[in-house]
Amino acid sequence: MEEKLLEIKDLCVEYKTDEETVYAVNNLSLSINKGETLGLVGETGAGKTTTALSIMKLLPQKIGFIKKGTIYMNGQDIILKSEEEMRKIRGKDISMIFQDPMTSLNPVFTVGEQVAEVIKLHSEGKSKEEIEKRVDELFLMVGLPAERKTEYPHQFSGGMKQRIVIAMALACEPQLLLADEPTTALDVTIQAQVLKMMKDLKDKLNTAMILITHDLGVVAQTCDKVAIMYAGEIIEHGTAEDIFEGNFHHPYTVGLFGSIPDLTTKSKRLHPIEGLMPDPSDLPHGCRFNPRCPKCMDICTKAEPREYISDGHAVKCHLFSDDSSEKKEG
Amino acid sequence: MDTPLIETRNLKKYFKTGRGMLHAVDDVNFKIAKGETLGVVGESGCGKSTLGRVMIRLLDATEGQVLYNGQDIMKYGKSHMNSLRKDLQIIFQDPYASLNPRMSVSEIIAEPIKVCKVLTGKKEIEERVFELMKTVGLAERLVNAYPHELDGGRRQRIGVARALALNPKFIVCDEPVSALDVSIQAQILNLMMDLQEELGLTYMFITHDLSVVKHISSEIAVMYLGQCVEKAPVDELFDNPVHPYTQALLKAIPVPNLKSRNMQNILSGEVTSPIDPKPGCRFAARCPHASSECTHGELQLNEISPNHFVSCAKFGK
Repeated sequence: MEEKLLEIKDLCVEYKTDEETVYAVNNLSLSINKGETLGLVGETGAGKTTTALSIMKLLPQKIGFIKKGTIYMNGQDIILKSEEEMRKIRGKDISMIFQDPMTSLNPVFTVGEQVAEVIKLHSEGKSKEEIEKRVDELFLMVGLPAERKTEYPHQFSGGMKQRIVIAMALACEPQLLLADEPTTALDVTIQAQVLKMMKDLKDKLNTAMILITHDLGVVAQTCDKVAIMYAGEIIEHGTAEDIFEGNFHHPYTVGLFGSIPDLTTKSKRLHPIEGLMPDPSDLPHGCRFNPRCPKCMDICTKAEPREYISDGHAVKCHLFSDDSSEKKEG
Repeated sequence: MDTPLIETRNLKKYFKTGRGMLHAVDDVNFKIAKGETLGVVGESGCGKSTLGRVMIRLLDATEGQVLYNGQDIMKYGKSHMNSLRKDLQIIFQDPYASLNPRMSVSEIIAEPIKVCKVLTGKKEIEERVFELMKTVGLAERLVNAYPHELDGGRRQRIGVARALALNPKFIVCDEPVSALDVSIQAQILNLMMDLQEELGLTYMFITHDLSVVKHISSEIAVMYLGQCVEKAPVDELFDNPVHPYTQALLKAIPVPNLKSRNMQNILSGEVTSPIDPKPGCRFAARCPHASSECTHGELQLNEISPNHFVSCAKFGK
């Protein structure tokens, strides 16, 4: 049996403001084994980033709250940790790559100093020389010349900045890497380079990774497991084979695939999902996808569907309940 | 052949910088016939947005001509140009930055109508705004909303409505969907294709995403560092890409299919500086097939099969 690294159970996260409560993540459960890559897919506002921030315990203070649930990392509940304990975990056991490499580096420090800071904080007793040596190693690892460590972020291109951010994230060889849309801001050819590098490094260091993205193409190229999020819930999850080649899907997953411009077919029109994501402060009753769903039934507006699982491939949709006539379609 | 609606001849746009001349657009030639779409593809910094802006003279060209219905618009005087602006419109990339946050939806859409004095009556303008909102699929209740209240897809619809307000003939679409989610992206692409059919519009569609232009374009031009390296009808380009850069771009697209998992590094390095580029092929530094012949002399676009043009020392023959 593979070793479980991270296990999230029934996580609920809310953002509270004076006027309203935003239900960003609702009863989310997922788990990831050592060395695995999980693709967390969804559109803007699906709650992907909130999930990642909860794992890091970096939700905005006084606004974002974990209402319910547990996050076990190596058998210990992260939610119960104090801020001081979390500071030791962040960067060392779990680290995160943020979406925008242009804004996640400090413009007034050299990139070498920024990479060195992570090492300094997490490995007490290392001499200056040892730290510098490690920085050089990391630069080499992500394919940058070590001489450039004395330069400032603005002197680097987007792809190179993202490499530096990756070097920072991997500096202490974390067990879990949260990559929040790491290549969305990059050009396709640079994206291909960065993805390949991340995959190679991950294999080398045996790091588990949660890759947050809205691009199913990126997921197909890199992930072992896939979870698809909609309005704060995981509506379908399984292995990459289940999602890309399986014979039954959630209607939202079908819609997502239909929206992607396909390079192989010659059809002109795309088949988008009608409508928009629901307002997370005012979620629809029953299944959250029902206002946009082409296969919506009576029950969908009344009761929330449960998960239907077959061989580890789970779909949260009434279509697959036993008393439904339209079984296993899509 | 009919006169193309818009045509560029040896179009160049250089910017002066402290370190030398930046060749943003360098000798670009193409024609777009009425009702067609030219897709312009390239990575950031290849000059595609600059090209789009020069095409409708938001920037003046350094050299060369832009012919609209056979006439060079670079020679037009100010008042003549102003009357032509109605025909040439642009949709910008970022729906978050291209709308004035202090104007309501109706004010934004009505502004071009007021500026160009197409309609003057208050009632008439209002009717036109509602008509445009209906065309692009915006609910009437949003007429007094402000951009910050709307999501990206709806904002981009405002951008489209604003561009359509003056019944243009030619629209430059500068990455109109790259800031949007996939499902919304597909909605906007479908909308733009429908509008083209209904109103007989001509588009120049600028993007970095080859899979997006495939659906909307009739012809595609691939740009690298200010130059057009390959140009072909859409199916020909996808079936038979010739230039090594086009091939690399196509291979770099992550395909949502497990069978085509290929994480080979097809292209190493990054785009080189467009400031005072060296003679010869500008792609040579990253090209896996480069040899000494690539760095000598100027390259020409050669027609290797009908309407398929390639500029490469090795494969373009």
